[in-house]
Amino acid sequence: MTTSTITSVLIWLPVAAALAIWILPLSRYATGSLAVLVSLVEVGFWIEQVARFDFGRHGLQFSQRTPWIKDLHVSYHVGEYAFSLWLVGLTVVAMAACVGYGFWVGRDRPRAYFGLMLLLTGATVGVFVAQDMLLFYAFFEAMLIPLYVLIGVWGGARRMEATIKFVIYTMAGSLLMLAAIVVYGLKVGTFDLVDAPPSASRWLFLGFMLAFAIKAPLFPFHGWLPDAYREAPPEVTAVLSGVIAKAGTYGMLRIALTKFPDPSSYYRTLVLALGAAALVYGSVLAFRSMDFRSVVAYSSMAQSGLITLGLFSGTTLGFDGAVLQMVAHGLVSCSLFLVAGAVERRTTTGDFVRLGGMAKGRPALATLLMTLGVINLAVPGSAAFAGEFLILAGSYQRAWWWAAIGAGAIVLAAMYTLRLISAVLHEARGPAVADEALDLRTGELALVVPLVAALLVLSAWPAAISHHSFAGDAPVQAVQGQFR
Amino acid sequence: MIHTPHVDWFSIVPILVLLGGSFVALLNGVLVPASVRRTSSSLVAAVASTAAMVTSIWLYVDSASGHLVIAGAFYRDRWTALSQVILSAITLATALLGAERVREHESEFNAVLLASAAGMLFFVGSANLMVMFLSLEWFSIALYVMCAIDYDLEGSLEAGLKYLVVGSFGSAGLLFGSALVYGATNHIGFAQIAASASPHDHLLVLGLAMIIAGLAFKSSSAPFHMWTPDVYQGAPTTVTAFMSSATKVAAFALAFRLLRTAFPQEEHLWSWAFAGIAVASLVVGNLAALVQKDVKRMLAYSSVSHAGFILIGLSTGSPLGGRALMYYLIPYSAMAFGSFAVVAARERELGAAVTLDNLAGFGWERPFLGVAMWFFMFGFAGLPLGGGFVAKFYVLSAAYDHGWTWLVIVGVIATIVSLYYYLAVVRAMYMRPSAELAVAGGSPPREALLHVAVGAALVVSVGSLIAVSPLVTLARHAASALPF
Repeated sequence: MTTSTITSVLIWLPVAAALAIWILPLSRYATGSLAVLVSLVEVGFWIEQVARFDFGRHGLQFSQRTPWIKDLHVSYHVGEYAFSLWLVGLTVVAMAACVGYGFWVGRDRPRAYFGLMLLLTGATVGVFVAQDMLLFYAFFEAMLIPLYVLIGVWGGARRMEATIKFVIYTMAGSLLMLAAIVVYGLKVGTFDLVDAPPSASRWLFLGFMLAFAIKAPLFPFHGWLPDAYREAPPEVTAVLSGVIAKAGTYGMLRIALTKFPDPSSYYRTLVLALGAAALVYGSVLAFRSMDFRSVVAYSSMAQSGLITLGLFSGTTLGFDGAVLQMVAHGLVSCSLFLVAGAVERRTTTGDFVRLGGMAKGRPALATLLMTLGVINLAVPGSAAFAGEFLILAGSYQRAWWWAAIGAGAIVLAAMYTLRLISAVLHEARGPAVADEALDLRTGELALVVPLVAALLVLSAWPAAISHHSFAGDAPVQAVQGQFR
Repeated sequence: MIHTPHVDWFSIVPILVLLGGSFVALLNGVLVPASVRRTSSSLVAAVASTAAMVTSIWLYVDSASGHLVIAGAFYRDRWTALSQVILSAITLATALLGAERVREHESEFNAVLLASAAGMLFFVGSANLMVMFLSLEWFSIALYVMCAIDYDLEGSLEAGLKYLVVGSFGSAGLLFGSALVYGATNHIGFAQIAASASPHDHLLVLGLAMIIAGLAFKSSSAPFHMWTPDVYQGAPTTVTAFMSSATKVAAFALAFRLLRTAFPQEEHLWSWAFAGIAVASLVVGNLAALVQKDVKRMLAYSSVSHAGFILIGLSTGSPLGGRALMYYLIPYSAMAFGSFAVVAARERELGAAVTLDNLAGFGWERPFLGVAMWFFMFGFAGLPLGGGFVAKFYVLSAAYDHGWTWLVIVGVIATIVSLYYYLAVVRAMYMRPSAELAVAGGSPPREALLHVAVGAALVVSVGSLIAVSPLVTLARHAASALPF
């Protein structure tokens, strides 16, 4: 196994840029440009990785390992599997769009803001590439720090309650994970995710699963979600739902299923039930919500449930579909929240009662929102359809009723998405929509269109991810073999 | 004719340097013109503490094989030397922080500071009960004076008196316990006590209990913490910064040595006793901190809760616990000192006690101090922004290694609770408008030395996250001087 520093560059470049932004007395314009530039360089490094990645090979690639805490066998160990590569890609692409959005709307206190956004980028990439439990935990927590301040400082009117709830919820879960990590790591004598042998302990499994279930979130751990998604600035919500939530489902795949095979099958029905509950309940809540962001927020919760269904079905189709859906839904919800932000900027509200009729005279907004809506409701031919189809097929192999529940929820998805589209774009012109409200500007299009383009590419060629996520395309064996 | 023992002068050079500095600082108050008195006395304190730090490092390097010196009254080993390095560094930082204190008695302040530090350096190396008690009183009396040094302030005098009364109670307990132990074993030397103790000696156990209570008083562990919030709040903030960091280092470093060396047979007793005290401190410290409005008072309770964490490491009595304890003290003392230093800066600016309310906007007004406080608070909470994260991981590992999974759970729950009040500080600094606040007027003082002290604390607290292995190696060498 050769050592490669490119993964570390992906983590630490944005962190270094964040420090530079904080230290150097740059102007508002220079700060934003530097942050956007660094985000784009990240995307460039990621493309370089994709080009160099050997999709046929088993085991970790681009890995690097240095001892960190020697006497407890903790190391700085990073590297990528094929599925982590896609999630890192999702992170850098979505973050680039969101940093760009922050620049476009001209956030106050730019040095603090862009520094935190870059810090968030580094930490999130770290979560997806860490191959040591303590390192994983450190990055998992480190995501929280910039998020807390980003929501608390640049958020909406009720941001205080939102941040407290968000932090206490997620920390409660992840600190129990820390306890589980301590116990597991000391028991097996290493904290390395690649080397650690699987464990049969149900308590440890639950410790890890709780953290991931809160992050995802699954029913009934979603208490933090509505406040945080509504009060955060739109681009931060986009990151939260598009990327951060995927850290939860990624953790299920990388740790919970891989390292705890027996407990995962013991609790399979429970987790599948929670996933199904998140799917159905989230969809129903999305259908009942009366504002743009809440609909997308609850739909993200539903999608997390669906991804969990795919993962815990434990089938080849389910795994492939789950990875595809993580990326596809990440891009969809990120774009939808950015569009929601654009709508809010024009009308000062996301309330359906005060919106409506925005399609008239605003072709770019209408086209974009329509396209995203169509992908979100998983119209056949879209990337989301491919992902959902694989997941449903995989869960059908587990038991027919999981697939039946999933299929029912997809009908609900169509209902809430179409309701969203008609409430914003069609119907009578809402009181908050002024005639002068502009169509999407070039700058906004430049941020969202690339994400939509990526989705269209995935729609045309979903196998790019679904056949390139596990070496040799045998996910069940890969998970059972612990990705060695 | 009196038989004088051989004295290894080099082993007590750091102490002598500090004592010498103390005399010079005192003379400085009489002989040097008032215009330069502040500068010169601070310079003396800085030079003396730097010299003590350098010689302690030298002693660390030169004392690979620990042994007793000065007629068996003092340990010259790496445990002593490492504690002395930490203590001298805190003293240096306190001297810097005190240099810009706009009050009188600067020479006396520095003289007492150095005297107290000398006492602590002596305390951590003491090898028999007599030296232990004498040096404890030595630094305690100096601390009583320091608390009350601004005697024109009501709070300061009250704090000094309160600390004197309660502290004397603790010292008396320690002395009485020592007497009982002497009565039971006929020895005062730590090693001889262990050699001649008979099992199940009730007198010895009673003495041990009283010694534990006395040390718990000094380290402000619950239920012996009642004086802590009042004294920390009332004492001049510079002194609080010194007390909250240095006193704990001294008390815990000595406690671990004393218990390991003198009472190994009673390990099952004191390890349960300290586990109980740890749990009490975690519960009391965290719950009481939740409702505090005054930042110094809140930090005082936070220091009680951290005493609980350190005691988890201590109570295991294992080599891993010893390393965890020594490692914990490094980032902890940096963060404790640093956070009180930041409070001192705000206090000087406002001319009033710092509460969560009047901290509003501080982070934006003084970016460097704000960011530093941000790091300290997140570090205290165990988020991966500093060594506090690894320190917590370490003590929890030690607890699990000892077979106390329940203590891991208690520690984790305590951390979750602590998040609320640490985040409250960050919230107050960054997320509240500062408009309604009446600042004393004019631009804030420059306080270059305060910034240096806070910067040093920041470097230590963040550096201890990155350089875990070297620090743990130091701690391991130090702990290897103790009998296990």
